[in-house]
Amino acid sequence: MFPARYWREIPQRYRMEAEKCKKCGKIYFPPRLICPECKSREFEQVKLKDEGTLLTYTVIRVGPSQFVNQTPYAMGIVKLDDGINILAQIVDCEPDQIQTGMKLKIEFRKIQQDGEAGILCYGYKCVPA
Amino acid sequence: MREVAIIGVGMNKWGELWEKSLRDIFVESALLAIEDAGVDHIDSMYAGCMTSGLFVGQEHLASLLSDYLGAGPIPAARVESACASGGLAVRMGFIDVASGMSDIVLVGGVEKMTDVSGDGATYALSTAADQEYEVYNGITFPGLYALMARSHMQKFGTTREQLAQVAVKNHENGFKNPLAQYPQKITIEEVINSIMVADPLTILDCSPITDGAACLILCPADMAKKISKKPPVKIIASGNATDTIALHSRSDFTILNATVKAAERAYKMANVTPENIDLAEVHDCFTIAEIMIIEDLGFVKKGEGGKATMSGMTALGGKKPINTSGGLKSKGHPVGATGVAQVVEIVHQLRGESGPRQVKNAKIGLTQNMGGSGGSAVVHIMQAM
Ligand SMILES: [Zn+2]
Repeated sequence: MFPARYWREIPQRYRMEAEKCKKCGKIYFPPRLICPECKSREFEQVKLKDEGTLLTYTVIRVGPSQFVNQTPYAMGIVKLDDGINILAQIVDCEPDQIQTGMKLKIEFRKIQQDGEAGILCYGYKCVPA
Repeated sequence: MREVAIIGVGMNKWGELWEKSLRDIFVESALLAIEDAGVDHIDSMYAGCMTSGLFVGQEHLASLLSDYLGAGPIPAARVESACASGGLAVRMGFIDVASGMSDIVLVGGVEKMTDVSGDGATYALSTAADQEYEVYNGITFPGLYALMARSHMQKFGTTREQLAQVAVKNHENGFKNPLAQYPQKITIEEVINSIMVADPLTILDCSPITDGAACLILCPADMAKKISKKPPVKIIASGNATDTIALHSRSDFTILNATVKAAERAYKMANVTPENIDLAEVHDCFTIAEIMIIEDLGFVKKGEGGKATMSGMTALGGKKPINTSGGLKSKGHPVGATGVAQVVEIVHQLRGESGPRQVKNAKIGLTQNMGGSGGSAVVHIMQAM
């Protein structure tokens, strides 16, 4: 992954930085240039809530090469307490302990090793709350 | 706007075609379509292809394909909308003829997927999802559809067996299609007990990796009556819509909204209702997709797709035959070619030349082609002339 491409997303991946539309109040993660709801272009920075509820999940048994060492791993769509959905891995529990509706917490973790050099890439994962 | 007809179709056997290149596969089916139509030239060309750059390291298909087709310096465009590239190419050709810009238009779709490893193919396909907020975190396409499947099962009580029945039914149809990649019949038990890919989806819930192409010849309907060798088929509607690229950005994971909107637009344009559709080819990239699509096209109520599939309603001989070709599941899924091949099947059906898988008295057929996890969709409705 080219350094600039990784670096650009750091505020979102490391710090869960989102933006809130100043006109209609809707929160966007990642930030956007225009609000699809009200077409406003003015936003203020907000940090996402770090707890949420699991809406749906799967267990990836056949993963991409950068994730082969982690398979099988669970992934789910989590509705954070401020209403924003994210897709993330669910870790620190066995796949058979996972249920929709369970409470999860965001943690900062290593996500993958990229390329032949195995560059470490970080971001958010979910753990049971 | 001029009325548009399809006067020629061409498709070869799909599969792992190691001895053939992307350009060979495309030109073979283009020549079949040109022969089928009996035309001596084409005025312009559209080729649907998702990612020849990642699969064979080749872009600039407009030049490559018109060059190897020997079509002369015609205007040509490569059309991309992930797995809906083929359907979108059909729409571009439709617009070109309808607008009066071109008379005889070749629409094709192609994908050569077996020149890369399995992991290379997984990567190439994953570029149809949000690279930074889905793929980066480890998701795969089976994973995205598994997330939808779990939601659908929890919300509507759709069962593991109902999902499997989609695959069983489509392989049943593919068994009757000599061009299908995997014409083998399979059972519900085999689907459920095959290798788990992304819970609850197994490998037999997934469409395969395929090399293949399909082509059509379009022209104005007035001209079709005069020049067509075979019974022409009219395109009575073209609908297209988009949705968020990331699945998690949607408010409901059990609805494919791009498909809902594209279908609404197509039904309105054709002035027909879902009841008027005799048969449909839909984008069963995963078994759950077909269940959601037949709901979102209005063939059954939301949530009843699984039950309807189990009841035989969508089987050959049922009230609404779906994927008589074998669908993506059995016929194969060379991503950029799929949307065009769906139209090829409907044309054969409306001409009455589908042999053992012919739907009796088929007059109106529909195709639904979808990109990514449903971020784009193209619906066409066709009628025998
Ligand atoms: Zn707004």
